[in-house]
Amino acid sequence: MDKLKSLKLLMAGLIFYLIVQILSAVGVLNGYFMVIINRSLVFVILAVSLNLINGVTGQFSLGHMGFAAVGAYASGSITTLIFKLSPHHPQDAVVFLIAIIVGGFFAALAGFLIGFPSLRLKGDYLAIVTLGFGEIIRTILNNIPAVGGPRGLLGIPKFSNFTVIFLFTLGTIILIRNLVQSSIGRTMISIRENELASELVGVDTTKYKVLGFVVGAFFAGIGGGLLAHLLQIAHPTQYGFYASALILIMVYVGGIGSLTGSIVAAFSLTFLTEGLRVGIDWLRDTVGIPIGTEWTMVIYAVLLILIMLYKTEGLMGMRESSILVIKEKQG
Amino acid sequence: MSALLSVQNMSHYFGGLKAVSEFSFDVPEGVIYGLIGPNGSGKTTCFNLITGIYTPTQGKILFKGEEIQGNKPFRIVHKGIARTFQNLRIFNNLSVIDNIRVARHFTTRSGVFSTLLRLPSFKQEEEKVREEAMNLIQLMNLHSRATEMAKNLPYGELRRLEIARALATKPKLILLDEPAAGMNPKETEDLMRLIQRVRDEFKVTIFLIEHHMKFVTGICEKVKVIDFGTTIAEGRPEDVVKDPKVLEAYLGRKAVVC
Ligand SMILES: Nc1ncnc2c1ncn2[C@@H]1O[C@H](COP(=O)(O)OP(=O)(O)OP(=O)(O)O)[C@@H](O)[C@H]1O
Ligand SMILES: [Mg+2]
Repeated sequence: MDKLKSLKLLMAGLIFYLIVQILSAVGVLNGYFMVIINRSLVFVILAVSLNLINGVTGQFSLGHMGFAAVGAYASGSITTLIFKLSPHHPQDAVVFLIAIIVGGFFAALAGFLIGFPSLRLKGDYLAIVTLGFGEIIRTILNNIPAVGGPRGLLGIPKFSNFTVIFLFTLGTIILIRNLVQSSIGRTMISIRENELASELVGVDTTKYKVLGFVVGAFFAGIGGGLLAHLLQIAHPTQYGFYASALILIMVYVGGIGSLTGSIVAAFSLTFLTEGLRVGIDWLRDTVGIPIGTEWTMVIYAVLLILIMLYKTEGLMGMRESSILVIKEKQG
Repeated sequence: MSALLSVQNMSHYFGGLKAVSEFSFDVPEGVIYGLIGPNGSGKTTCFNLITGIYTPTQGKILFKGEEIQGNKPFRIVHKGIARTFQNLRIFNNLSVIDNIRVARHFTTRSGVFSTLLRLPSFKQEEEKVREEAMNLIQLMNLHSRATEMAKNLPYGELRRLEIARALATKPKLILLDEPAAGMNPKETEDLMRLIQRVRDEFKVTIFLIEHHMKFVTGICEKVKVIDFGTTIAEGRPEDVVKDPKVLEAYLGRKAVVC
């Protein structure tokens, strides 16, 4: 039964994979579209992992991209600076995979160092601390010459391709789904629903808040590593508040606690962002209206306000597509 | 015989307000013990102190002979004290069975890795917890609601769900804060039977707060009456209700004079 349910998810993934590969082979999806699809998949990882923190556990993190930065720079340093890997050597791919995972662990460590002190306190400390963390990590990276300083870490080998990113995304979805639909996951939801009651049915609430935060940071680190090896650069400005806010909007547009919602929103908003960028460029260069890409953020702010006014619970609410639900025995 | 719960000289201040003043009492194992008193007399505060939400300003709380004041609430639950709330605290967006399963979580052993990978040991444990939760659901007559979101349940069923959730922690002592609040006479009657059944079947000691004298005299074997944070009477319910101080607190001076 259990196997059958995971099978459904694997089948859905396989169909998506094949469609994209076929469309790409016949030339419907050119390289430009493939970059957007790859980017969408990375944002699926980032949104689903942030949803574990903000949606499932009910905390409020504002610096998710900071953890992606840690993963990007850690894995990028390993593949670029330490081993000088090349995608032309197949055996290097193994080291790349390990580097991505190591990047995840570095991000998880950062998550622990930030989450443990701030989640022990009641109140909105996490929001303040993670907001600060996002900025601090940028400043630090700007000032470490070994990883390029303000120029960024350049020449990262291009190991990320559609297949690699797809597999990591599918893996992330499966693992986070397994966590959410388990005793641990229900415990995290109970903290979101009523923290005091959770504590009074024996839940060490601090422990599970930190756990959700650290696991979320781990997968953000994975996402950051994949992005760095896709774009072949890790640059401090990629990981600022703007990007963190975008992931946050994906989670709330999709619906807090709904992984399905985060997946759909990550895809839609990544495409929308690109569409807006193209539209704004056109308005500026062809029509001559002097506006910049920062206007996308204005449009997202409006989108978020509309969601808050008219569809508070996001696209999916707390519902989950049946593909993502682990069915249990009844009675 | 020593008491299951022994409160010794416990006081608690909220700023300048002495909400609980030098409480001392014993709750023997196996009884149904009642705490009664007018509004704002310190009953809920007393429960909050026992369950670790507040640490008493002064005094000791002994459970099974061990001092528990100053422990975190979840540790006190692990030691065997569970409770319900005067104003329900349900996990609204969890199903009925999941509300109960959360309360079994602290007894499980599966870690993050066996959960992420759904290892056989994890699945076995999930199944065991599911069965235990279903048993409780059956017992509380919530069977038809097992997979329903808790927020969709009517009030009376939510009260039972909260009791079921508290029982799921396998407590030795269970604290019920006004379990009959908002219930009609028929529901109240059923609840009294249920509480007695819970005591007998689960071998738990029950410590409850109630406003209704009838409820208290109906099922409690021992009661403590408080007013303005101080104890005004203690003993068997039939004696306590005749106590002039109790009558005064409850009915006002005039009634006593008449
Ligand atoms: N957290 C708090 N901070 C300040 N004062 C409080 C707090 N909790 C309770 N009090 C005060 O302590 C006193 C006792 O309150 P408590 O809730 O224990 O009364 P109660 O006997 O449970 O009343 P009721 O029958 O209305 O439930 C009241 O005067 C109340 O206002
Ligand atoms: Mg009260």
